[in-house]
Amino acid sequence: MSLFKRMKPQFWDYRDVAAGHREHLFNFRRMWKLTVFLTAGVAIIPLIFLAIVDYHVTQESIEFENLLRTARLVSNTRRSLFFFFAERRAALDFVVRQNNFVALNQPGALEQILKNLKDSFGGFTDLGLIDPLGNQRSYVGPFDLLGVDYSEQDWYREVRNRSVYISDVFLGFRQVPHIVIAVKRTLPNGTFYVLRATLDTRKFDDLLSGLEMGGQGDAFIVNREGKLQTPSLYHGKVLEKISLPVPEYAPKTRVFEEKNPDGISLIIGYRYISDTPFILMVIKHKRELMKSWQETRIELLFFLGISMMVILGVVIWMATYLITKIFVADQNRIATLHQVEYTNKMASIGRLAAGVAHEVNNPLAIINEKAGLIKDLFTFKKGYAGDEKLLGLVNAILASVKRAGTITKRLLSFSRHMEISIQHIDLRGLIGEVLGFLEKEAEYRSIHISIEATEDIPKIESDRGKLQEIFLNLANNAFSALEDGGHLDIRIIPKDTKNIQITVSDDGCGIPRENLDRIFEPFFSTRTKQGGTGLGLSLTANFVREIGGEITVDSEVGKGATFTLLLPVVMERKEGKTACE
Amino acid sequence: MRVILIDDEEELVSTLAERLSFRGIDADWATSGRQALEKIAEISYDIAVVDIKMPQIGGIELKRMMSKKYPHMKFIFMTGHGSEEDFITGTEEAGAEYYLVKPVDIEELTEKLKQVMGWQGGRK
Repeated sequence: MSLFKRMKPQFWDYRDVAAGHREHLFNFRRMWKLTVFLTAGVAIIPLIFLAIVDYHVTQESIEFENLLRTARLVSNTRRSLFFFFAERRAALDFVVRQNNFVALNQPGALEQILKNLKDSFGGFTDLGLIDPLGNQRSYVGPFDLLGVDYSEQDWYREVRNRSVYISDVFLGFRQVPHIVIAVKRTLPNGTFYVLRATLDTRKFDDLLSGLEMGGQGDAFIVNREGKLQTPSLYHGKVLEKISLPVPEYAPKTRVFEEKNPDGISLIIGYRYISDTPFILMVIKHKRELMKSWQETRIELLFFLGISMMVILGVVIWMATYLITKIFVADQNRIATLHQVEYTNKMASIGRLAAGVAHEVNNPLAIINEKAGLIKDLFTFKKGYAGDEKLLGLVNAILASVKRAGTITKRLLSFSRHMEISIQHIDLRGLIGEVLGFLEKEAEYRSIHISIEATEDIPKIESDRGKLQEIFLNLANNAFSALEDGGHLDIRIIPKDTKNIQITVSDDGCGIPRENLDRIFEPFFSTRTKQGGTGLGLSLTANFVREIGGEITVDSEVGKGATFTLLLPVVMERKEGKTACE
Repeated sequence: MRVILIDDEEELVSTLAERLSFRGIDADWATSGRQALEKIAEISYDIAVVDIKMPQIGGIELKRMMSKKYPHMKFIFMTGHGSEEDFITGTEEAGAEYYLVKPVDIEELTEKLKQVMGWQGGRK
């Protein structure tokens, strides 16, 4: 908090009370906030938007790349597996086509063939020849299976119907996983025989375990019931059922995302291997695959955060710098305006004094002549003392002196009220008093002045000096707009219980519509050539605001102008001012 | 030789006229331009002492009007205004014989009137 106090710009707590209803125009804190908010918004919002778009595009492309890579792996592995089975099946098919039943049934024939198969392909464990009735007529291998009747077994029925049979994986007597492949040879006369071979699965286990999988990846084969046909790293042992559901049949490679029972996201790729009961499955942990993305993501967010902080810092610094400049300029403007106001006030006092001197001169001239005449009478006519005429002359001198006194008093009462001091004021009387200054000019120029006021105008509590200035300025303004013989009408009516409305109307040259908005601006004048300072109405508006009133103007060129004032019956007392009668 | 004093202050002109009569100058007076025009139409005056600032018809305008009708008439202007400089420029342009700043010094006025009249008389 104390840091803020030290860093706080000088305009932060400034309030321009004198600006009245235009105070918001000089609320620098609000200006600062608006500048910061808008500039930062314009800079940061697109940045955030871009970052979000980039984030999603990158994430999606990495995810897509992962799916694609998994699909490629599944496809390639499936091709190897398919060839593994197709190769062995083709080898057996060749054997049964090359050798008839009799030849195969020769003692030692199967033994030689098994040896050849082992040598050229590998993986073969035993070989058996079965006649159409399902009896094993010849066998070579580690078990004693000669003469076994397979006619009632499922695999035999299947091979009889489909010519080829590949079994699920099973554990033999040695508890080693095996697969059976059987092929049928049908002779032209309709009889047939079957060659049955057992393969150990180590060959394709090696194929799967050799795959490059990366962190927590797993590749294995399941049968259509979901039982593992090859060992897996994380999903169980051979012939155990996997915890995931068996994926639905699809003729091509498929990759999808799924959560396992522990809620971990997995990418699962699979392919049904045609002509076998096997499904190849590749399972990867999504989080592991996205690890590089996690790092990139942190970098991206870090970059975004730093960028936002830099932008915000620059924006705040710039806004503070600019608003401080404006604030200082505005303070200078106010100081200048005060100076001008003071100068203007002094100038109007000077003008007033000149006017008074002129007005006082006439009665003084009369005094002079009357006194001169008394002197003449004594000089030219002896024994004039005690005469009636002498008395009349003395009275005339006294009357003129009184007249001079009245004018002097008006001048004094006008110049006394420079500071705000609240009094009970009779508005009609005050306006009459002010117009008294212009009486002579009105008389010379035959300007008709009327003041209308309803009976129920209350005395208002306000500042006499300011009111005098306001009405003098408005009357002067009207006089300069009026032709000789024009009219100036002032109406005073109570607007409501709290306000009094005064209209000052003239039938002078009027104000062009485009100037109406600017007429209360300082230094705006259309009479600069005639010596107008452009401050009279600006100061008037200031004074009206200072005593808590409002001023508006309506005018049409050639038809005159009407200034409407709304003055509070009781002026709001501001702090630091004391009311005095 | 007849003099007319014109000023909107009756007290001033009437007193001035009386004081001039003590000094042997026969002066008449009027309190407005209009009244002055009426009086001049009845009686011929040789010289007019006119206040510059008067309601409706000011001194300079009055001189312009009268000079057309009565080219022989001479004028002396009076003013209550402070600035002599303005006044001199104004009267020179308007073509007055002399000017006086109020309050008027009676001896000065008498002297000037006699001077203007004497000069005129001299010419005749």
